[in-house]
Amino acid sequence: MTAPVSRASSSLALVERVAAGEPAAIARMISRAESGSSEAREALARIYKRAGRAHIVGITGVPGSGKSTLVGKLAEKIRQQGGKVGIVAIDPSSPYSGGAILGDRIRMSDMATDPGVYIRSMATRGATGGMARAALDAVDILDVAGFDTVIIETVGVGQDEVEIVRASHTTIVVSAPGLGDEIQAIKAGILEIADIHVVSKCDRSDANRTLIDLKQMLMLGMTMTGPTDWQTPVIGTSSVSGTGLDELVAAIVRHRHVAFETETGRRRQLAIAHFRLRKTAENLLLERMGEAVARAAAPLADRLLRRDADPYSLANELLDTSLPGGPVHEQSARSKVAR
Amino acid sequence: MDTPIRVMLAKVGLDGHDRGVKVVARALRDAGMDVIYTGLHRTPDEVVTAAIQEDVDVLGVSLLSGVQMTVFPKIFDRLKKEGADDMIVVAGGVMPDEDAAALKRMGVREIMLQDTPPQAIVDTLKRLVAERGPR
Ligand code: B12
Ligand SMILES: Nc1nc2c(ncn2[C@@H]2O[C@H](COP(=O)(O)OP(=O)(O)OP(=O)(O)O)[C@@H](O)[C@H]2O)c(=O)[nH]1
Ligand SMILES: [Mg+2]
Repeated sequence: MTAPVSRASSSLALVERVAAGEPAAIARMISRAESGSSEAREALARIYKRAGRAHIVGITGVPGSGKSTLVGKLAEKIRQQGGKVGIVAIDPSSPYSGGAILGDRIRMSDMATDPGVYIRSMATRGATGGMARAALDAVDILDVAGFDTVIIETVGVGQDEVEIVRASHTTIVVSAPGLGDEIQAIKAGILEIADIHVVSKCDRSDANRTLIDLKQMLMLGMTMTGPTDWQTPVIGTSSVSGTGLDELVAAIVRHRHVAFETETGRRRQLAIAHFRLRKTAENLLLERMGEAVARAAAPLADRLLRRDADPYSLANELLDTSLPGGPVHEQSARSKVAR
Repeated sequence: MDTPIRVMLAKVGLDGHDRGVKVVARALRDAGMDVIYTGLHRTPDEVVTAAIQEDVDVLGVSLLSGVQMTVFPKIFDRLKKEGADDMIVVAGGVMPDEDAAALKRMGVREIMLQDTPPQAIVDTLKRLVAERGPR
């Protein structure tokens, strides 16, 4: 019997239990990362330092393209080869209520009791880019807990707000037949971000058309870029018949090699670090601003309404008065003195 | 930061009645909660494994098939074994009063049967989580 993980357990005390792979400890640690509690920060810092072994695979594509089902099948394959798989599945929060129905998990239920697969659902909670704020913390936690492949399923993305590519070693873009004439990845402007292209639902008769279209599009693009360490493959899969799944796993493993062993991979990892740093700073900034801005905003909004000043100047003033550490914008700081 | 209440709604065994649980899922979502629905035909083990991984505040089991007295003991056993003792377990659906009383003694915190207005379910879950305090 495992010692209880209760709200009395400090986050620091959970770190070793996370490393030992205890499900309840992993779960609570992710919750604390999600809540952004300062109590968890030191623990997350220790986890971050110990992470870095897992292969982070991002999966994106429009809603309904079959991402979750595919992730479930991939996890099964990777398990058969002896790997352990962590999954972070992100779904959108309702902009109206802030609540969410997190439905990805239902499609991954084949390995529901396998301790070598850990699935965590997350809501975006207003975060943009198809990712949840704590998704990368969750990846670290799963990494330290011994999951050697961690798959992130983003929300079905539309326009170019795709952060997944800047957070994962290997990005898979899923296109599906039957979701409109055009390849969705082209429409969404995410054709270029793929390390691996998947055309899903290849059990359907119209999938071949999608495959051909996509390959042609890529051929056109190919002439623009020079030779690299990696040729982006296009793989047709079916989660129903199992077609292409082995090929996809093989491609993921090959790309893992690129990500961890080549100069291209090293550059990618550095870019990921840059992104992480920037994203974290952004979140900190928002957090620090939050309350102060709420307090300072009312009179400024009033002035904006009266057209006493323009939005840009007032926004600068708002930041100057509410950000700890003084004015961020020199010019408006001076203008304040002048007044 | 204010985190939404996390709830897992589960259907166990052969029970195919999912109208009620979907009503509840929507009501909770609209009340600002994060809801993870397991889908139909799960085993108690699957449900508990998922509830632990998701670290839900509340595990809600919907049962209209009459098997409550075999399902809940299994759920509580597993929760205890995994060290997830602070999870709030509630039930809904159709069942006789004497079963409901027995389940309460077993540790099911609230049982909300037919015709419970969704808002009452929302309020009850909010109260239970507030009583428990932060994690
Ligand atoms: C509609 C219905 C069906 C539909 C289901 C459609 C569907 N997809 O859901 C169909 C026709 C398929 C069906 C089939 C059967 N049914 Co039927 N069915 C009903 C009926 C008439 C209504 C259920 C319903 O949808 N109610 C409306 C919803 C909104 O209410 P609810 O589910 O109770 O949910 C509310 C609360 O219970 C609560 N709640 C529900 N879940 C949860 C979860 C949590 C966490 C919380 C907090 C609250 C909560 O909140 C909801 C809102 O108030 C009931 C009778 C009844 N009065 O309940 C019989 C009933 C449930 N069925 C019954 C039976 C026997 C069957 C069959 C076995 C019949 C047969 N011989 O084939 C099959 C079994 C199918 C299967 N695989 O499970 C029996 C069950 C007897 C028992 N438990 O001992 C009942 C009670 C009828 C009876 N009096 O005999 N059924
Ligand atoms: N025919 C066929 N249908 C599939 C396949 N994979 C998934 N589907 C179906 O496609 C629908 C969407 O599948 P999901 O896996 O939920 O898709 P998703 O991309 O995760 O969806 P979101 O998370 O909502 O963006 C479901 O009805 C699946 O059953 C496949 O290989 N073949
Ligand atoms: Mg999905």
